[in-house]
Amino acid sequence: MDGVREGPDRPLAAVLKSTQRGGSTRRGGSTRRGGSTRRGGHACPPHPLQRARLPLVAALVTALALPPAHAVLDPREMLPDPAQEARARDIGRGLRCLVCQNQSIDDSNAELARDLRRIVRERIAAGDTDDEVVRFIVDRYGEFVLLRPPLNAMTIALWASPALLFGLGALSTWLYLRRRRPAQSAPAELSAEERARLKGLLTE
Amino acid sequence: MNSRRLLFLLPLVLLAAAVAGFWAMLTGMQRGSFDPRGVPSALIGRPAPAFTLPALEGSGKPSFSSEDLRAAAREGPVLVNFFASWCVPCLVEHPHLMRLAAEGVPVFGINYRAGGRDDPGAVDWLRRHGDPYRRIGVDHGGRVAIDFGTYGVPETYLIDREGIIRWRMAGPITDQILADDLRPLLRRYR
Repeated sequence: MDGVREGPDRPLAAVLKSTQRGGSTRRGGSTRRGGSTRRGGHACPPHPLQRARLPLVAALVTALALPPAHAVLDPREMLPDPAQEARARDIGRGLRCLVCQNQSIDDSNAELARDLRRIVRERIAAGDTDDEVVRFIVDRYGEFVLLRPPLNAMTIALWASPALLFGLGALSTWLYLRRRRPAQSAPAELSAEERARLKGLLTE
Repeated sequence: MNSRRLLFLLPLVLLAAAVAGFWAMLTGMQRGSFDPRGVPSALIGRPAPAFTLPALEGSGKPSFSSEDLRAAAREGPVLVNFFASWCVPCLVEHPHLMRLAAEGVPVFGINYRAGGRDDPGAVDWLRRHGDPYRRIGVDHGGRVAIDFGTYGVPETYLIDREGIIRWRMAGPITDQILADDLRPLLRRYR
């Protein structure tokens, strides 16, 4: 989020640092930042390509090793107790932002997501268990708000569909193979009668 | 083999079903009754949440609480409308709210201010386009909106005489929604 607006001639270390910070963010920016790293490398005279690659690789490795960045970067939003904050993030990752719908409230920058993150933290600070916090949100927004739908009568088709599709595939494969097998197998052995007739024909 | 012949018809049957499904979806989207991103309200059939809201300064309208809403609803169904001056669909439904208010349907306005966002243009917006609201409350931080299960503006809730939420429209009230859904419901809960 921040660090995108960086000048082209920033020191390499700073560029590398900002790449680490933002490299794992899902939204935009990362390619631009990657580019600026390369540009920084090209400024060094002796072996531009070699020099450029090393920080890039280092940046990529560090970026991959870091946990994903979240929209909650405003320290005012966070709970003072790191254990409670971790719980809030865990809960937030499982709640759908109803504005963007395919993002969790932890990943979304929508205003509603921000309000929901705050409510999650307020409930935790008030002593609610994780289940109670989730129930509080589900009571207001319905089960659609859960990114991982619970198994119940409404969602049984959803949960069963992979198994059903696999079963259907297995069944049709089996039926197909069973029908093909007789055609592929060797022709039936000659009967004694046929053999006698063949012998007769050959000796004639 | 006859049964295998029938199997060849299966793709056609599936195609026909898909066409029918898409047609229903698209016509629904056109008339506003179907929203692919729509989420069914979890509050239908449940009492309106409890709240107290501050007034919209400069609007000249008093604020209200859930108790005021309940008291007004005892006389007949009331509408609760979440709005904001920056919201374009709110302007789309605005004439309908004006007409309903003129017909005597009590419309309670909640000025939606999620995520700490301010709405300094709200009073001016009402002055310019007309004020359909009986009372107006300001929802700082979108707390009441979350209690209602609101996820955007505009959203409109119908509350019956018992104070139960009977209907929720996420998005603007269009001609079709008004004629097909809202008017029949207003009659039913009168």
